[in-house]
Amino acid sequence: MHTTLLELEVRNHPGTMSHITGLFARRAFNLEAILCVPLGTGATSRILLLVADEPRLEQVEKQLAKLHDVLSVRQRADLSPDLFRLLDDGWQAGATKPASAATAATAAG
Amino acid sequence: MTINGAQILTTLLERQGIKIVAGLPGGPILPFYDALKSSSIEHVLVRHEQGAGFIAQGMARTTGKAAVCLASSGPGATNLVTAVADAYLDSIPMVAITAQVPQSLIGTDAFQEVDTYGLMIPITKHNFLVRSPAELLEVIPLAFSIAESGRQGPVSVDIPKDVLTGTLELGEWPEPGRPEKAPAIADDQIKELAALITKARHPIIYLGGGVISANASALAHELTRRIQAPIVSTLMALGAIPPDEPLYMGMLGMHGSKATNFLLEETDLLIAIGARFDDRATGKAAEFCPTATIVHIDIDRAEIGKIKQPFLSLHGDANEILGKLLATLPAQQRPDWVRRTLELKAAHDLRMPSAAEDPLHPLGFCRTLASLIPSDSIVTTDVGQHQMWIAQAYPVRHPRGLLTAGGLGSMGFGLPAAIGASLAAPGKRVVCITGDGSIMMNIQELATLAELDLPVAIIIMNNAHLGLVRQQQELFYGQRYHACKFASKPDFAAIARGFGIRGVRIDPNDDPLAQIQRELARPGPVLIDMPIVEGAKVLPMVPPGAANRVMICEPEKAECSC
Repeated sequence: MHTTLLELEVRNHPGTMSHITGLFARRAFNLEAILCVPLGTGATSRILLLVADEPRLEQVEKQLAKLHDVLSVRQRADLSPDLFRLLDDGWQAGATKPASAATAATAAG
Repeated sequence: MTINGAQILTTLLERQGIKIVAGLPGGPILPFYDALKSSSIEHVLVRHEQGAGFIAQGMARTTGKAAVCLASSGPGATNLVTAVADAYLDSIPMVAITAQVPQSLIGTDAFQEVDTYGLMIPITKHNFLVRSPAELLEVIPLAFSIAESGRQGPVSVDIPKDVLTGTLELGEWPEPGRPEKAPAIADDQIKELAALITKARHPIIYLGGGVISANASALAHELTRRIQAPIVSTLMALGAIPPDEPLYMGMLGMHGSKATNFLLEETDLLIAIGARFDDRATGKAAEFCPTATIVHIDIDRAEIGKIKQPFLSLHGDANEILGKLLATLPAQQRPDWVRRTLELKAAHDLRMPSAAEDPLHPLGFCRTLASLIPSDSIVTTDVGQHQMWIAQAYPVRHPRGLLTAGGLGSMGFGLPAAIGASLAAPGKRVVCITGDGSIMMNIQELATLAELDLPVAIIIMNNAHLGLVRQQQELFYGQRYHACKFASKPDFAAIARGFGIRGVRIDPNDDPLAQIQRELARPGPVLIDMPIVEGAKVLPMVPPGAANRVMICEPEKAECSC
């Protein structure tokens, strides 16, 4: 499957991740991986989503943009989907720990 | 001033202009009910929380403003869920306030604890779990603002009991929540739309519920006259265009008229306004309006291109867009297209016997109903055959004149929605048209109606069946009827009397319309149990998944196609 990355800036509420992952589940969009990093004081977070690069991607972006806690949505075609694999390889090997503030979760998280 | 969360909530609702709330209390929400007792806000005590949700919807659908329903934690909240989901599918502004177990008990599977926050996520525009009394000051105005902004919808606010009892030194009250301004429309988009319309030979205007919520009905009507284009309506837009407009083609889609669905095959420009290309309207989407260039006007950007990719889209408020368009658009003549429209309309008019021949013919009765009630009446329906007969034949004479559960199709909507409509429009005649299946789903609200003594008439089109299920089994399951016929036939008139409401059963052999008219002329609530013929169908019908040109029509079971 061809994948691409979406970058979101979100309000950092306890329910924000549920809203985002729930949206993917109920609209039957593909979500392969998530990376979420709190920004600055922690009022907002940046989220990277690894998603299927399909015609419905535009609809995914529009639906994400409608979520109240999602402040911005943009495609990051400049980033390689390998980023997540490298991240995983890194911490599995214990060689390069992921940035301490970063948390990664699967779509179920 | 020291004030607790419950008092904060009460005052914020008062400042928001809320006059009536509907709900049913339980343990965790009692601090709020304690504060509500000394408030100017009237509380309508329902018998099931779903009733509270639909009463709030009835108020919201009548006024266009967000209405409030209340429930306690656990089962109270889960009972609200259907009404909230229904509001979401039909874009109805509503704020659903639920209480939650105290924060110290959240996550312990405490008594009557349920994850209301989680339940509400997929069925609301947005939802909140309030964590402190101070947060209420931000969340409550924001909840109303979200519910009423852009594409309207429900917002859920879940409040743990300790937030209601917790106190705060209050400084200033926040401003009440107001709808945000719609995005501005660029003049060149209006110009492009005007050019497309001017160039089109066979334009059709396709209205959805958004035209009602944008208060754009009058301008949509003006557009039809200005450009001499026929205009079609979804279930949710019925009432936007007066039924006597010659170019008005009524409902499209699964139970739309033949003329309307045929005409849509011929359009070269489809102007969708506040419509979402729902499958009940479009049939097989790929074959909907096959020769048309599509223009889509919508306040929700995500609706644009969701089902059909438009050639031109205008993201904004329909009233504003139509106002700008009409300011630049000269009158146009399309004599051939108008002739073709009127010819199809005449050829495929709804067929029904006259009231003299068969006064209780389902379709005929829905048409006759208009002559039995004042023109400013509000009709609510439940879900099923009676709903579609009303949609096909009852002439809805003004926007918000028909309240119906369109998207979610929730049986049980009609009675509580009628109560809500009557509360929001005091003195108006409200009629709930329902079926013997649907009425049972919120029949307990007859008790609420009896207490309120509102001018709500409930007319049950009684065929002792889940009629639309029977119809599908007849047409698509080889007449293998199963679980669609009710073995017992309750005496609905006696049930109404048991609740303290006038109840009558119509004798079909003794001038039934006169009996109904007599009952409708008397003040106060009434339940009218009206027998209709078993086995009557809603036709035409596009089989689910088929293109709209494939309609099952009279004579029954023969397929007709253009």
